Amino acid sequence: MKMTMTQKILAAHAGKAFVKADELIMAKLDLVLGNDVTSPVAINEYNKACINTIFDRSKIALVMDHFTPNKDIKAAEQTKQVRDWAREKEIVNFFDVGDMGVEHALLPEKGLVVSGDLVIGADSHTCTYGALGAFSTGVGSTDMAAGMAYGKAWFKVPRAIKFNLFGKLNKWVSGKDVILHIIGMIGVDGALYKSMEFCGEGVKRLTMDDRFTICNMAIEAGAKNGIFPVDEKTLAYVRAHSKREPKIFTADDDAEYEQVYDIDLSKIKPTVAFPHLPSNTKTFDQIGDISIDQVVIGSCTNGRYSDFEIAASILKGKKVNKDVRVIVIPSTQKIYLDMMESGLTKIFIESGCIVSTPTCGPCLGGHMGILAKGERCVATTNRNFVGRMGHPESEVYLASPAVASTSAIFGKITSPDAI
Amino acid sequence: MKITGKVIKYGDNVDTDVIIPARYLNSSDPKDLANHCMEDIDKTFVSRVQKGDIMVGGKNFGCGSSREHAPIAIKASGIACVIAKSFARIFYRNAINTGLAIVEYDGDIDEGDTVEVDFTNGKIVNLIQNKTGNFPPFPAFLQNIIEKGGLLSSLKE
Ligand code: SF4
Repeated sequence: MKMTMTQKILAAHAGKAFVKADELIMAKLDLVLGNDVTSPVAINEYNKACINTIFDRSKIALVMDHFTPNKDIKAAEQTKQVRDWAREKEIVNFFDVGDMGVEHALLPEKGLVVSGDLVIGADSHTCTYGALGAFSTGVGSTDMAAGMAYGKAWFKVPRAIKFNLFGKLNKWVSGKDVILHIIGMIGVDGALYKSMEFCGEGVKRLTMDDRFTICNMAIEAGAKNGIFPVDEKTLAYVRAHSKREPKIFTADDDAEYEQVYDIDLSKIKPTVAFPHLPSNTKTFDQIGDISIDQVVIGSCTNGRYSDFEIAASILKGKKVNKDVRVIVIPSTQKIYLDMMESGLTKIFIESGCIVSTPTCGPCLGGHMGILAKGERCVATTNRNFVGRMGHPESEVYLASPAVASTSAIFGKITSPDAI
Repeated sequence: MKITGKVIKYGDNVDTDVIIPARYLNSSDPKDLANHCMEDIDKTFVSRVQKGDIMVGGKNFGCGSSREHAPIAIKASGIACVIAKSFARIFYRNAINTGLAIVEYDGDIDEGDTVEVDFTNGKIVNLIQNKTGNFPPFPAFLQNIIEKGGLLSSLKE
């Protein structure tokens, strides 16, 4: 039938047997997401349009994660607007301080997304859930408002690029290095409007957390979505987190791809994206002495338990460099608690890091670790645009938890091989 | 529909973090947002932009975050239309959904040029360089959303 995995999910939600690339469709939604920054704009639009309907109050997720705990009066006011509205509309999945987490780590953990779903979120990294074999994509607040009211959104069916993964990742190389490598190769608009479909025998050796990280950054290549096939690991994850039945879609053998890239996972090295684009990647043979002032380990890209396990394995029994502030941010309350129980939190604190409550915080230059003029930060986040983490003349270097924690010890960007 | 305006030009990959930095996202008031539009790459923008000006970008305009604050800030600053070689997809749909005119066009336009955009006929005239070019009109599906006054009103029917 010539459809990619993404196209099949879109067709099923548009009530069609077949869709083709570039076709414009109206599709039904399984979940609509918003955060404390984008929801106020959506609520304003919703109110302006004098709509009263909510398509399904259990299929809306509002996560207060960007500027919470409220960083200032304006943030407090706009979050309050969402709180009041969520209460009035009896939104079931409203996550506030106490049970919130960084949205794209939280939703899969809460079982709100399963394989085969169609999800839109007023946040560009909504593409993360492709790891579960779902179609998910970032939209704006007006789309979110319409989604909440009518449970529908318009889409242009994307063309696809196939990434055929094979081989095995080396020690210290993770999903973050894979996606940075790919973005470095195809550029920040290399997959513009398209879906990035990951497949091949290498997939089975990638952990779910690797897959979340890879799909999370699909948007950094301009993609509409990133997606992985559903295998045993996916099903085990979904069944452990959700009561809903996963739906498995697979690409047709004769599906059309604009390009096919073969990616040998064993050739990928620890990779760092230099300022000010995620595509500006270098491996350690090209990196000289670059001193740093801050390290952030967290975010929707790399703030999951396994990320902290890797970081703690490097920091255990060592001290971070005295000139570096190291900020560790578990992405959800559950991860936070698991870290305390397993002793990871202790390792971080004893090595001189701070461990924060879940928040997006410094990732978008919100709060909890803003950079001054000229300062440099190694972050496990996903964007290093001008001014992303503070002063327009500060610099963000994107890397894996392994590189970030090694750099924290040495006070300069350092390969985990140095450990 | 036809508009004529003076060009303010930027390069490739203008991202939403520079269009409106995240530190200002604690407000959704268009006027607040417009006061800080483009400030991280162009401190002079806010003071020199005139109502009806046209913003021109290169490839992948509006990449990055999904913040609708970006097209809102540009529109509230007085910009009548954004012309770019290509747009990042979320920015593209946000612009359509919020009624900011955008055009995908690859022709020669420089800072300070005066450009006429004819939306009905998909035509651009650069009045300074005396050059003319075409751009593809929106597909009927999207034209309908724009004509109905945005996404919400089009779905309401
Ligand atoms: S952690 Fe960063 S990239 Fe992820 S949702 Fe929060 S602000 Fe966005």
